[in-house]
Amino acid sequence: MNLEKVVFGFFIILALTLNFGFVLGEIDNPAHHNVWELFAAIVVNLVATVLKFGDRTQTGALLLATSLVAVLQLLAAALVWGYAGNISAAGLSPTMMSSIVSLAAGAVVANVISVVLLIADTVNLRR
Amino acid sequence: MDKVLFLFLRRMRAPLLALIFAYAISVTGLVLIPGVDDQGEPWRMDFFHAFYFVSYMATTIGFGEIPYAFSEGQRMWTSLTIFLSVVAWLYAIGKILSLMQDPPFKLAVSRQAFDRSIRRLHAPFLIVCGYGDTGSLLVHALQQRRKRVVVIESDQNRINDLALSTMDIHVPGLSADASQSGQLEKAGVSNPFCEGVVALTDSDEVNLKIAITAKLLNPRLPVICRAQSSDTERNMRSFGTDQVIDPFEVFGDRLALAVHSPAHHLLHQWLSSVPGNELPMPVYPPHGRWILCGYGRFGKAANAGLAREGVKVTIVEADPEGTGCGEDCVRGRGTEADTLQEAGVESAAGIVAGTNGDSNNLSILMTAHELNPKLFMVGRQNRDDNGILFEAGRVDMVVRHSEILAESVLSHLVSPLLPQFLVRSREHDADWANELLSRIGAATDDRVPAVWAVEISEAQAPALSERLKREAVSLGQLLVFPGQPEARVPCVSLMLHRSSGSETLLAPPDDTLLEAGDHILFAGRPCAVHRLGRVLRHPSTLDLLLTGMERPQGWIWRRMRAARS
Repeated sequence: MNLEKVVFGFFIILALTLNFGFVLGEIDNPAHHNVWELFAAIVVNLVATVLKFGDRTQTGALLLATSLVAVLQLLAAALVWGYAGNISAAGLSPTMMSSIVSLAAGAVVANVISVVLLIADTVNLRR
Repeated sequence: MDKVLFLFLRRMRAPLLALIFAYAISVTGLVLIPGVDDQGEPWRMDFFHAFYFVSYMATTIGFGEIPYAFSEGQRMWTSLTIFLSVVAWLYAIGKILSLMQDPPFKLAVSRQAFDRSIRRLHAPFLIVCGYGDTGSLLVHALQQRRKRVVVIESDQNRINDLALSTMDIHVPGLSADASQSGQLEKAGVSNPFCEGVVALTDSDEVNLKIAITAKLLNPRLPVICRAQSSDTERNMRSFGTDQVIDPFEVFGDRLALAVHSPAHHLLHQWLSSVPGNELPMPVYPPHGRWILCGYGRFGKAANAGLAREGVKVTIVEADPEGTGCGEDCVRGRGTEADTLQEAGVESAAGIVAGTNGDSNNLSILMTAHELNPKLFMVGRQNRDDNGILFEAGRVDMVVRHSEILAESVLSHLVSPLLPQFLVRSREHDADWANELLSRIGAATDDRVPAVWAVEISEAQAPALSERLKREAVSLGQLLVFPGQPEARVPCVSLMLHRSSGSETLLAPPDDTLLEAGDHILFAGRPCAVHRLGRVLRHPSTLDLLLTGMERPQGWIWRRMRAARS
């Protein structure tokens, strides 16, 4: 067992689970989506991205790409939330909420790919 | 670009993680800790405000803009997070700075810059391996001739010299061992624009390896090599190295030529020096008996050259057995008067100081000069920085082997016609050479001429090729200016090589009729290169020159002219 692999896998999977947890619920209902969960998802995704830096293999490059996509989507969601909560006159309306959640849902797809790649890589290694 | 970026990202992993955690912890705390708004109501920062506050706090910008005055709890947390985030930033910046100073990282950056400049090279270029005395002379001369050069040199200091020297055109320099095949590949040996490889390093072995590598990776490339032993020379020639140059042999040949005919020697010198410099002065070596001090590689070459001209030579050598100079040579170094007297310095006509030490050579020449002031003195200068001493010693002929080598390589690179011309010119007598010299001197105003070749082909001379299909044009017609028949383009035609009849004409007269496929070698002022190029390329310039009339260039005007006539 390698501690580095544990930390690496931990952050990648945590990024997916947190992200998924945030998206779960009715898409336009603010009560179903916790801002803390989004914050945690962003932080964990950023950490996962940095952990993937510097791997020159093909899988490494693809892993980094998926993480960059997820971070981009989540930051966009956070920006929309910030705009809705502080600047927009309508406040956190169902329309705003659904765009936030759909952006975060896009990040979930990227994170799923990331986890699938991680598993595929590990399985290949075993053979 | 990959390598540098990945190296950077890998090294930045830890500082970036530290920053992310510092920000996450600070933001979390600020959102959790309750505050009070201006009405005294309980109030909490949201993520947006918390992130904004942390951003300006952590970078120590400190706007001081907060919605409401902080509660005591918020203040306590802020004072903690200041240390956390500022330390994280310092760590990150320190890491970036130390990475920039890191030798492997710097090497990766410079390699990348080199690769990029090779990739962007979309013009014909030459690869020069070895940037010593010879290499730098050659690179500067090639710059004068507007040739692009890529340099490979194993000594980083010399690459730094290259970077510091003022060049009109950027010369990419790679600090690497050229004998490793990968390095030549990096320098663009397989690039379609590469025109040739020149191996000038000090080691025969390295030069040999460069020649083999270049010939294997790109068989069509011309390869010019420096060789110090005849063994290596034969080896290099065996696999098709195009030119192998032994500086000592070249010198022996030159010395023989100078003794044989000073005019031919001068012609040789003029055409192979660096253009734009002042013309070298003629030397007149005497025919009598010569003394040769030092019978190493240099001495052997000088002896062979003099012997070919039938000049009697007395050899002075410190180690006659080791060098194999025969029975009748004088033992000694030649730096002492008695050795020189034993060699008969009083009755000698010339002396060659050819040992491999500059101070010994100077000492030989000064002693000999005292004993016989009429002696013709030839001195071998081994180190470039001793030039001033040889100048002060008023040596008649100074031999710098770096210079000989560079000039010799240059003459091969300028045009394959030039070495051919230099060999063929020896068939003519001294009067012929003197006449050509005076013409060149007049054309170039006593500066070293630029030497170039033109080919009368569709690609290089479209206007003239078109014209030749309809009417005969003579060489002289190209070398005047329209409307002023007495003014001539400042250049001299040295040789005309006709590919159809495979005949070669030296110093072709003005009334020579040109044919498609002719190669002509010219020497003249650099401005003549452009003038001749315009005449060969632009139909209207050629028309004006041949007919004295300006041809309408636009379609409408051409139509109107045709309708009127």
